[in-house]
Amino acid sequence: MIPGSFAYHRPTSVSEAVLLLDSLGDEARALAGGHSLIPMMKLRLASPAHLIDLGGIGELRSLREEAGEIVIGAMTTQHELIGSQLLSAKIPILSETSLLIADPQVRYLGTIGGNVANGDPGNDLPAVMICLNATYDVTGKSGPRRIAARDFYQGAYFTALEPGEIVTAIRIPVPQAGHGYAYEKLKRKIGDYATAAAAVVLSMSGGKVVACSIGLTNVAETPLWAEEAAGIIVGSTLDAATVKKAVAAAEAITAPASDARGPAIYRTKMAGVMLARALARARQRAGA
Amino acid sequence: MNVATPNPTSAERAEKLQGLGCKRKRVEDVRFTQGKGNYVDDLKLPRMLYGDFVRSPHAHARIKSIDTSKAKAVPGVLAVLTAADLKPLGLHYMPTLAGDVAAVLAEEKVLFQNQEVAFIIAEDRYIAADAAELVEVEYEALPVVIDPFKAMAPDAPVLREDIKDKTDGAHGKRKHYNHIFEWQMGDREATDLAFRKADVTIKELISYQRVHPCPLETCQAVASFDKITSELTLWGTFQAPHVIRTVASLISKIPEHKIHVIAPDIGGGFGNKVGAYPGYICAIVASIVTGRPVKWVEDRIENLSTTAFARDYHMTTEIACTKDGKVTGLRVHTLADHGAFDACADPSKWPAGFFNIVTGSYDFPVAHVAVDGVYTNKAPGGVAYRCSFRVTEAAYCIERAMDIMAQKLGMDPAEFRMKNLIRREQFPYVSALGWEYDSGDYHTALQKALDTVGYRQLRAEQKAKREAFKRGETRELMGIGVIFFTEIVGAGPSRNCDILGIAMFDSAEIRIHPTGSVIARLGTKSQGQGHETTYAQIIATEIGLAADNIAIEEGNTDTAPYGLGTYGSRSTPVSGAATAMAARKIKAKAQMIAAHLLEVHDDDLEWDIDRFRVRGNPERFKTMTELAWAAYNNVPPGMEPGLEAVSYYDPPNMTYPFGAYICVADIDADTGVTKIRRFYALDDCGTRINPMIIEGQIHGGLTEAFGIAMGQEIHYDAEGNVTTASLMDYFLPTAVETPRWETDWTTTPSPHHPIGAKGVGESPNVGGVPCFANAVNDAFAFLGSTHIQMPHDNWRTWTVANKLGLHA
Repeated sequence: MIPGSFAYHRPTSVSEAVLLLDSLGDEARALAGGHSLIPMMKLRLASPAHLIDLGGIGELRSLREEAGEIVIGAMTTQHELIGSQLLSAKIPILSETSLLIADPQVRYLGTIGGNVANGDPGNDLPAVMICLNATYDVTGKSGPRRIAARDFYQGAYFTALEPGEIVTAIRIPVPQAGHGYAYEKLKRKIGDYATAAAAVVLSMSGGKVVACSIGLTNVAETPLWAEEAAGIIVGSTLDAATVKKAVAAAEAITAPASDARGPAIYRTKMAGVMLARALARARQRAGA
Repeated sequence: MNVATPNPTSAERAEKLQGLGCKRKRVEDVRFTQGKGNYVDDLKLPRMLYGDFVRSPHAHARIKSIDTSKAKAVPGVLAVLTAADLKPLGLHYMPTLAGDVAAVLAEEKVLFQNQEVAFIIAEDRYIAADAAELVEVEYEALPVVIDPFKAMAPDAPVLREDIKDKTDGAHGKRKHYNHIFEWQMGDREATDLAFRKADVTIKELISYQRVHPCPLETCQAVASFDKITSELTLWGTFQAPHVIRTVASLISKIPEHKIHVIAPDIGGGFGNKVGAYPGYICAIVASIVTGRPVKWVEDRIENLSTTAFARDYHMTTEIACTKDGKVTGLRVHTLADHGAFDACADPSKWPAGFFNIVTGSYDFPVAHVAVDGVYTNKAPGGVAYRCSFRVTEAAYCIERAMDIMAQKLGMDPAEFRMKNLIRREQFPYVSALGWEYDSGDYHTALQKALDTVGYRQLRAEQKAKREAFKRGETRELMGIGVIFFTEIVGAGPSRNCDILGIAMFDSAEIRIHPTGSVIARLGTKSQGQGHETTYAQIIATEIGLAADNIAIEEGNTDTAPYGLGTYGSRSTPVSGAATAMAARKIKAKAQMIAAHLLEVHDDDLEWDIDRFRVRGNPERFKTMTELAWAAYNNVPPGMEPGLEAVSYYDPPNMTYPFGAYICVADIDADTGVTKIRRFYALDDCGTRINPMIIEGQIHGGLTEAFGIAMGQEIHYDAEGNVTTASLMDYFLPTAVETPRWETDWTTTPSPHHPIGAKGVGESPNVGGVPCFANAVNDAFAFLGSTHIQMPHDNWRTWTVANKLGLHA
C-alpha cells in the first residue's frame, strides 16, 4: 500500500495544466479528487511519474446556469453538488445520486470531473450524465472541444479523451420542469460501488409518459444508455406489462462481470429490478 | 483518630470504590478517544529501519531462482533476506503452536498466494517497497489444492514436501501426505446404535466459511537487538507477550532473560495476534544483522491474505431423535482446512480446539465427533476469531442442525430447544463428549428471551406475512432465528490445557503503596477489552481501595508475572481469578495488621466494605488506607513489612457462559437484501463486573457476528488467488449497516470461580452467527429449504429465492 515515487505539480490555470500534461506525456496523470487514482497508486496498479493536481485551478470550480444548461466546473466536489440549491431545484437527480457515492469523507474531495472522466464503470455519475444527455467540455493541446457523454465511454477506463486532454466542465440541458427522476442503487454497504444501478428521468402528460431516458451503472464495461427500454416506456402509462418489457430490453444490453457482488446473471437481474423501482419512483415524483 | 464528619453511609463508601457491578467508565478511553493511544506503529527509535516482504503471486509453485541483486543496489537498502540466509541459522522454518512448522521465508516452494519469499531491509518504507518490486523470482507453477474435500484424493498434488514421508504428526497417524491429524471424541458404537434405533434422523453438510478477524490495527513489530548486551527488545501486537518471549527464545537461542517483549496498546486482536508470524522473525533477524532497530508493519491486504484466518470448517452433522422430539444422539464429522501449515492457535492437546462442545446446550445421551485436518494451498491459521477454540464452529453446527431437525419434526424451533435443554438440576453436567458444564439455568434464560421479544406474536405475524406472500401482496419474507448457545472459556486447567508445554494458568501481582494506591500487573493483554478498568474493579471490591487509585499494567514481560495472554475469553476466568486470589492474600495480611493495631485477635475482626472493624464494636476500625500505611511502619512482631502479593491461578474447570438470542430478519425476495429488523441478546456470564463494558462487548461481538453471517468470506478462486483481500470485498460492517442491538441478562455465577465470573467477550460471536443464519434459513423454511450456506450476502440469498422459483 505504498506508492512508487512521483513528482507533484500544482498548476493554477487550465492552460498551465494542459502544457504540463503535454510536455510530460504518458508519464503524467491529472489528479482531481484522487479517490480512484491514489488507491491505484498505493496498489502500484498505476505508477505515474508526475501527478498534475488540478485542485489549484480556480476556474474549474463553478456551478451556474446559462442558456438552458447547467454548467458545472470539473473540480466541483460531490459534496458541493449535494449542497447546491440550483441543482436541487433544476436537476435533483444529481443530488440524489451524489448522496449515494461512497461516503461523506470521499465526497468532500471527490469531484464531478474525476467521477465522469476516469472511465470507471463503477462510478455513479456517468450513467446519470448519459441519462441527462450531458456534454463534456474538454481541453488539450489542440484546444477546446465538446464530447457528448453518450459518446464518451469506450471501455473500462477507456474514454474519448485524447492523451493530454482534461475535462474542464460538464454541461447538462435543464430537464423539463415537473419531470420525475430517480437513481436506484443496490450496493453491499456504504462506500461500495453499485452491484447495479439505474438512473431514470421522465416526463408525464395526461397520465402517459411523454419523455424518458435511462442510464445503467456498473453492469457493463461502460455506463449504458438504455435507449430501447426508454423507447418502450414512452407513450405508456407505466403499466406492469410495459415496465416488464422495458426491463427485459434493459437487461438485454447488460454484460456485467461476475465478482464478489455476485455472478453476472444476478447483476443483470438487479439492473432490471433497479430500473423497475426507479421508474416507479420517478413516476411518483413526476407532475401531471 | 477515625473521625470523619459527616460519616459516609455504607452505600456511599461502596459506591466510591467503583467495584464489582459498577458501570465505571473505561479509563483507557481517556487516551483512545483523544488519539493518544500508543501503538506499535507510533514507536520511532533512533536509526530505525523498515522491513517489507516480497510475496508470492502463486498459490503453489517451485522457486527456481531468486535474484536480489537489483534490490540490493537500490540506495537505502541495507540487506535482502531469503531462505538461504535464514537456513544456516535454522530460522527458515519456525515451530507453530500446533506442533507443525511454518516457513518464515519460502525455501524451495511457495504454498499459498502472498507467502513470504524475501525480506527487504531499508532506511524507509518507500525504499523498501520500491526495492521489493526489483527482486526477481523465477517460479514454476504447480497444480493447486483449494477444495479441502479434494486434499486427500489419491492423486492430489503433494503440498508439504518437507514432511511428506512423515507418517506421524503432532496428533497421531497421518492418513495421507496432505493429512494433518484425525481427532475423535465420544462413544462411536453407542452413537451408531442410537442412530439405528432413532425414529427420525437428519444429516446435513454445514460449512462455516473461511473468514478473517480483521482487527483495525494490523500485525506489526519493532525488533531492537543490542549487540553490546546481546539483549533483544521486541515490541509488537501480541495477545500473548510471554508466549512470544518463550517462542522467541526457543527459536533464536537468545536466553529468555535477555529478551524483553512489550505489547503496547493494541487495536483489536480477535485471535489474529496470538501466533508468531514471519514478520516478527524477520524483524528480529534483521535487527541482529544490522545492529539497528527494525520495524515491520503489515498492510491490510497482507493482513487479510497471510496472517491467521479463522474457521474453514466443513461439518457433516447428524442428529438422531424420537418422534416426539427428544434428541438421542449426535454424530459430526468435520473436515478442517488448515491451509499450508498447521498454525492453529489451540492448546497443545486440542488440535480441533474445544469442538467437542458441539453437543451445545442439549442433553444428548450419546455423541461422537471426528475431525480431519488437511493441508491446502491457502494461508495458514485457524485461530479463534472472537471465540474460544473452535467454539463458534461448534455452536453454528449444533444450532443449525437443531433447526433442521425441528423443521423435519414439524416442531417450533424454540419449543424443540426447550424440550432438549439441559435442566437446571442436572448441573454440574457432564456432556456426552466429556465436558463438565459448571452451572446454568437454561430454561429460565430462553423463556425470558421468548417473553421479552413476544415470540408468539412474531410467529403469528410471520404466518400472516407468508400467506400474504403466497397471495402476491408482498415480496418480503420474514425469518425468525432462535438460538441457545453454551460457550466454553477460560482455558484452562493444567490437567488438560497447555501451550508448548506451559500450563494455561494465569497470573496477577498486586502491590499496595504506603498511601493506599495500588499497581497491579497481569499476564494477560487487553486489545480493547478494557482490562485497565475491570481488573481494578475486582481489586477495589476485594480490598476496599478505590478503583481510581489502582493502576493496571499489562504487556511488559519484564514487569508482569508470566501469563498465557488474552484470547478465548480467558482473562476474566483465569487472570480475573488470579487477581481476586492475590487480593485476598493482601486482605489476609491486612487483617493481621489491623488486629495488631486495634489490639484484638484476628478473629474478632470483620470486613466492612473498605475496612476491618471489631465485631460488636463498629466504631473501632481500620480502613485499608490506614492499613496500607501501617504495613510499611507498624506491622505485628515477626511479620515482614510491605503489602503485596502474587497469584498464579490454575483454574479447576472451564467456565460455561450461555445465552439465548433471537433475530428477526426481513428479506427482499427480489434482491436478496436482508434487513435485520430486531436482534435480542440475553447473556449469562455469571457475576457481572462492569455492565457497561459487558454491553459494549456484546455490541462489538454481535457486529462481528453480523459481518460473518451476512457477508464475510476469504475466498479463493480455482487457481488459488485470494479474491477478497481488501475492505472493498471483505465485508466489514460500518455503523450504517449495523443493526440495533437489544441486550439483556440473567446471572448464574460460576461455582468454582472466586468471584463467580465466566467471561463474556466472545459469547456474542458464538451465539450471534447461528442466530442470523437461522433467521435467514427460517425465512425460506416454509418453501421447503433446509440449509443455506453462509455468508448470507445479497446474491446468495437471491440465488436461493431464484432456485425456489420465487422470481418466476
